[in-house]
Amino acid sequence: MGEKEPLLQMTDICKSFPGVQALSGVHFRLFPGEIHALMGQNGAGKSTLIKVLTGVYPADRGHIRLEDRIIRPHSPLEAQMMGISTVYQEVNLCPNLSVAENIFIGREPRRFGKIRWREMNERARRLLEERLHVRIDVTRPVSSYSVAIQQLVAIARALNISARVLILDEPTSSLDRSEVEQLFAVMRKLRDDGLAILFVTHFLDQVYEVSDRITVLRNGKLIGEYPTEELPRLELVAAMIGKELQALEEIPREERRPAVSEEWTLEAVGVGRKGAVEPFDLRIAKGEIVGLAGLLGSGRTEVARMLFGADRADQGRLRVSGEETVIHSPLQAINKGIAFCSENRKTEGIIDELTVRENIIAALQASQGWFRALGRKRQEELADEYIRVLNIHPPDPEIPVKNLSGGNQQKVLLARWLLTNPKLFILDEPTRGIDVGAKTEIQKLILALAREGMSVLFISSELEEVLRISHRIAVMRDRRKVSEIPGKDASRERVMQAIAGG
Amino acid sequence: MERIRRHHLFWPLMVLAALLLFNLLYDPDFFRIQMRDGALYGSLIDILFFGSPLALVAIGMTLVIATRGIDLSVGSVVAISGAIACLTISKGADQNDPSLVLAAVGLALAASALLGLWNGFLVTRAGIQPIVATLILMVAGRGIAQLITSGQIITVISPNYEIIGGGALLALPVSVYIVALVFLLAVFLTRKTALGLFIESVGCNPTASRLAGIRSDTVRLFAYLFCGLCAGMAGLILSSNVSSADCNNAGLWYELDAILAVVIGGTSLNGGRFFLTGTLLGVLIIQTLTTTIYMTGVPPEITLVVKAVVVLAVCLVQSESFRRKLVHSLATARSQPVEREVTPRG
Repeated sequence: MGEKEPLLQMTDICKSFPGVQALSGVHFRLFPGEIHALMGQNGAGKSTLIKVLTGVYPADRGHIRLEDRIIRPHSPLEAQMMGISTVYQEVNLCPNLSVAENIFIGREPRRFGKIRWREMNERARRLLEERLHVRIDVTRPVSSYSVAIQQLVAIARALNISARVLILDEPTSSLDRSEVEQLFAVMRKLRDDGLAILFVTHFLDQVYEVSDRITVLRNGKLIGEYPTEELPRLELVAAMIGKELQALEEIPREERRPAVSEEWTLEAVGVGRKGAVEPFDLRIAKGEIVGLAGLLGSGRTEVARMLFGADRADQGRLRVSGEETVIHSPLQAINKGIAFCSENRKTEGIIDELTVRENIIAALQASQGWFRALGRKRQEELADEYIRVLNIHPPDPEIPVKNLSGGNQQKVLLARWLLTNPKLFILDEPTRGIDVGAKTEIQKLILALAREGMSVLFISSELEEVLRISHRIAVMRDRRKVSEIPGKDASRERVMQAIAGG
Repeated sequence: MERIRRHHLFWPLMVLAALLLFNLLYDPDFFRIQMRDGALYGSLIDILFFGSPLALVAIGMTLVIATRGIDLSVGSVVAISGAIACLTISKGADQNDPSLVLAAVGLALAASALLGLWNGFLVTRAGIQPIVATLILMVAGRGIAQLITSGQIITVISPNYEIIGGGALLALPVSVYIVALVFLLAVFLTRKTALGLFIESVGCNPTASRLAGIRSDTVRLFAYLFCGLCAGMAGLILSSNVSSADCNNAGLWYELDAILAVVIGGTSLNGGRFFLTGTLLGVLIIQTLTTTIYMTGVPPEITLVVKAVVVLAVCLVQSESFRRKLVHSLATARSQPVEREVTPRG
């Protein structure tokens, strides 16, 4: 493939935002008929590069060449006209319109201004069947199909605009295994049709399964471009995270002490909520990390929200540090020494317009109330301290938190909760969508906190992660707590069995 | 220079300066201030004086808008507050009795606070969208005021009551002091206590704020209550100034001017960051504009059109994307003639 002319070539792309150099001198090539994985940690510049390519941001320097023309798209729409289509992580479809309408939105086949429904439906059906091998009823609303099918509909819409470059930004993050297979089959087919596909993902397995070529970015710089078969997995990780490679291996498999202390930080007896979670018992000792495993939708998040008072439990009793308590609101939970880091960082975590400093002190200030305001100087001290301890980048407390990368936003949230000095820290998917480096840092932090006596309820979809750091693993299935496995007996197989049931 | 230009008060200040400059050129007497009977007189004093009710309403509105809400009922609250005060005074045997005037003021303010609470209750507990929730009182409020005054314009003869909206203290109108006091109170509450952080946080992201332990309902309730109180005070100033309660016209369209002042001051209607000083500048801009229009003798039937045009210009100047487009098109327009000149020679 090397002797072919690249279809798309980005040269010396630079882009900076206030306080952040997001891209500096990045080159990127894309050949027709290949699947090209763009890899890098959070904040490496992947999204920025894609946004420059699709005209969301103008580049500060450098140029983009599509075939033999220099292009300068000013909006995603313009980029689309030029043949560069994007399918985003969050599917941008209108859920209440039909599949066919979504595919042809804005470009409906018309005669005398009247939409020719039959032709539109027929063309949508043919497009899906011939190019994507999907056979569905195109007149039904998009919302009646699974996320995977929706993803394919979004791809079909992108293809319909005579696309030559297709960008898939984390298309697999909400798909299950068989759906991923289906998507990959489609991607391979499109590649064989001569399309150039740019693929962004956090899952290493998938990169090796489907991509032909890999480009790695780190800190806004190009690290290299490699044919996939010539880049072993370990080297890819090394390229992504730089010299911190050893850190990955270093996490000690925590010696699996049974909870030595009989001091229970949290005892829940028969706590439940109709329609959300069936009554369950759960005890967490001082300094213990309890992993909560289960599939998406098994009730993990509901358990966390109930313990934190974000949703009200309608039955059962709760004891915090041996004291019978009722928790009706997050504020009450915080005052009892419970902290909760939600899985939805953007919508339930960060307060995006506010600065890093304000985000860090929010929960502490809330528990102190209106009139015991933290002085500006004290706020700055606290923010600086946690920025240093948690290695938040860039280390500027006064920039809006929305300008930070995902991993750093997560650290800001951890700082917010650590500041309240919680006895029990509930973490719901704290490492989702975060790069390998930050992930390891966060796992290490959790282990260190537990050693100092903090109790942790750790929720994650990644089994490896749960196994690595938990003392005990509780398993949820179909909104019920189905079993509890002590750390010393926990193995991948055993937990999987419990999750799968039967 | 760049930093000054990026400051959120830069454009409001520029607009105000431009308006004042226009007045200076049009009529140098605009800036003359005279001392008469121990009080200052002049156009600038007039702007402060006539702008004070709007300033009060706009300060309250700023906090409500910062929580991602809006309060359309302020004009009606102005009318109700004036009606209650005048009715109370008119029932007294001695209308000038200081304790009676104080009771009237207290009653009017208590009622305004209650109306603010009502708005807050509809928004937080009943979960009605702010624009609809406050629309209810906006429409019903004038009716309530009519009920209070039995549909009459109540006139009072009470020099003590007149002090609020017509008196002078140390050469400046009393109402200006009231604005200063409320402004300082608002700044203190929001910048010296944690309330400001909570309001901005709730305005930015209500869900995340709740999970961070901020009682967003209480915060929003407070904002509406404070806004109601501010509107009530504005009502007292207006009715005291004319010694009467006119339910149909007192505070008419105040909600729109107040919202405009808040937006000119740099606070986004999407909530979040708010700027009280910016709001005051916005009020001064609107009031200076109104005064200017009257002074320059624009025919009364088109004053609103002139005002609208200037307001549009103010908003456009403040829009960054518009400025960029303007600069861009100016630059291309300038470069084209040059090319044309060069071509024939070549």
